[in-house]
Amino acid sequence: MIYPILEVIGLVNRFGTQLVHEGLNMEVREDEVFGIVGGSGTGKSVLLRSILGLQRPQAGIIRIDGRDITKMTTSQLYEVKARYGVTFQQGALYSALTVRQNVQLPMIEHVVMEPEARDELAMLKIRLAGLPADAAEKYPSQLSGGMIKRAALARALALDPRLLFLDEPTSGLDPISAAEFDELILYLQKELRLTVVMITHDLDTIFRTCNRVGVIVDRHMEVDTLEGIVNNPHPWIQAYFHGERARTRLERHGT
Amino acid sequence: MLEIRRSDRGLELELTGEWRALRFGALDAALTTLDLGGARRVEISTNRLEVLDLSGAWLLHQFIKCTEAVGVEVTFKGGPPDQLRLVDQTLKGQIPVCTQQRPRVPLSLVDEIELPALRSLTLLGQHAVLYVRDLVSDLAFLGRMSVTAIRAITSWKRLRPISIARHVYDTGITAIPIVSLIAFLISVIIAYMSAQQLRNFGATVFVVDLVTIGVLRELGVLLTSIIVAGRSGSAFAAELGSMKLNEEVDALYATGVDPFEALILPRVFGLVIALPLLTIIADVIGLTGGALLCRFLLNMPLTQYVTRVQESITATTFWVGIVKAPIFAMLIAMAGCYRGMQVRDSSRELGRLTTLAVVQAIFLVIFADAVFAVLFLEMGI
Repeated sequence: MIYPILEVIGLVNRFGTQLVHEGLNMEVREDEVFGIVGGSGTGKSVLLRSILGLQRPQAGIIRIDGRDITKMTTSQLYEVKARYGVTFQQGALYSALTVRQNVQLPMIEHVVMEPEARDELAMLKIRLAGLPADAAEKYPSQLSGGMIKRAALARALALDPRLLFLDEPTSGLDPISAAEFDELILYLQKELRLTVVMITHDLDTIFRTCNRVGVIVDRHMEVDTLEGIVNNPHPWIQAYFHGERARTRLERHGT
Repeated sequence: MLEIRRSDRGLELELTGEWRALRFGALDAALTTLDLGGARRVEISTNRLEVLDLSGAWLLHQFIKCTEAVGVEVTFKGGPPDQLRLVDQTLKGQIPVCTQQRPRVPLSLVDEIELPALRSLTLLGQHAVLYVRDLVSDLAFLGRMSVTAIRAITSWKRLRPISIARHVYDTGITAIPIVSLIAFLISVIIAYMSAQQLRNFGATVFVVDLVTIGVLRELGVLLTSIIVAGRSGSAFAAELGSMKLNEEVDALYATGVDPFEALILPRVFGLVIALPLLTIIADVIGLTGGALLCRFLLNMPLTQYVTRVQESITATTFWVGIVKAPIFAMLIAMAGCYRGMQVRDSSRELGRLTTLAVVQAIFLVIFADAVFAVLFLEMGI
């Protein structure tokens, strides 16, 4: 049986009496950009944390490359973690390390490599993320918001994952930087044949980059193509894609 | 992952399996140990390659570069893989660079000076300037705190009694068990040691004097202060430091709340209240410890111990100890808060300044104790 690259079946997450996910299903296909949308407090971050293996769900199956990570031991998870890359909302760069050292950290952890090769490969990733070469020796506190996002992306790409998770990749960026970042993600997705899963609120980003969108409503997920989801009758989805803010974008992107 | 065939036309390399970052070590070894054997041509075939990621492509790129450098022609059977082109493009800088950048702030002037002799001189000068600057900012902190304190004590609302109460609880009440334990053990140690020595002179009764005066005048307050410096000095620095990193301090400024008034003063006042109270507890427990030891080790009746204590202390003995507590408290709280407020940029700074806060707090307490000792001697107390 051929499994999709990422598959979530019947996910249940509960905190005390509060039910966050109730039988959530989603499936991410190879080489697509999958957007996850949802109102505040609908459990987007909980979903991501579950998929990354940072917390165990109460029930459900999460398969990455066909292997169920909810049943894995810590050492098995360790191997899976080398196969995907993640960027966090605030960058989560290690503040005591330079950008180059940040990018090298996953390499040191998972791969046997000569220091010179590691330096050059790190530079390759830094350039790939569209950072100037002199950014490599800077500390995170010396970077602008856009550069932090790119440094985080470079770190996520350190081990050449096939699967890339982005948590709010364009939040806190000005529209021009956000557009540049979207372009970069599309370019890398095409060139590296990445499968990208992103949580985002940015309608521009959704229309520019996503092939399919999953919206978390009523504790489960509505998944459809971009065209399909825009016409979904659910009131929250209607409000989201047809609100005042969204209408101009719909016209602009011609959907 | 690498099949090698030699023919009269040259070397044929067939790449197989997965060329991915996680197998970098093995791939690198296979390529570096490859013996060209004097071949003039290398033909690479990638038809049976399952995965070639960017790290793998980079390795291949490096291999081709080195091979071509020694004059060997490298060709691909069926064209080079796309990934190789991406490596080329990236290395040539064809990825559009992030347009939004920050102006460069030089970390240190010294980095730009080449000459060693000049470098050390510059370093010396830089440290001198930094030292003076540090001193000025120390004074500024002290001044700012005094002004805020004066303003605060005139108004009940500015004093923030609830916040002060919280800090009295955190730094005082929760410290009672450990302070009591240490005070007990210290008085037992003094009594035990002095009993051993004084027994030679048949003067074991003076053990009581030693314990009483030692604990009340010096050790009670000093040890309590050192424990509190370790507990609360570090807590203050770490709390304020992480608030600085989270921009919470900036948020307070922006809301129009003075962080000195809201964060630092309650901590200082809280500790100034808590430390003398802790010292009293330490004194009581210390004397109790002495009494227990005298009773069971020296077989001294409790009534005799009490009488001896009353004879050995003067009107000032207790006050000489307790009067130091608020001063020590201020030194500890200010060292902790000051260093905490200096944290910026990184978690490493947080660790460095927290350590510095504790070390300085303990140093200041012992230094001030020495000053008090001289002062009291001159005053004849």
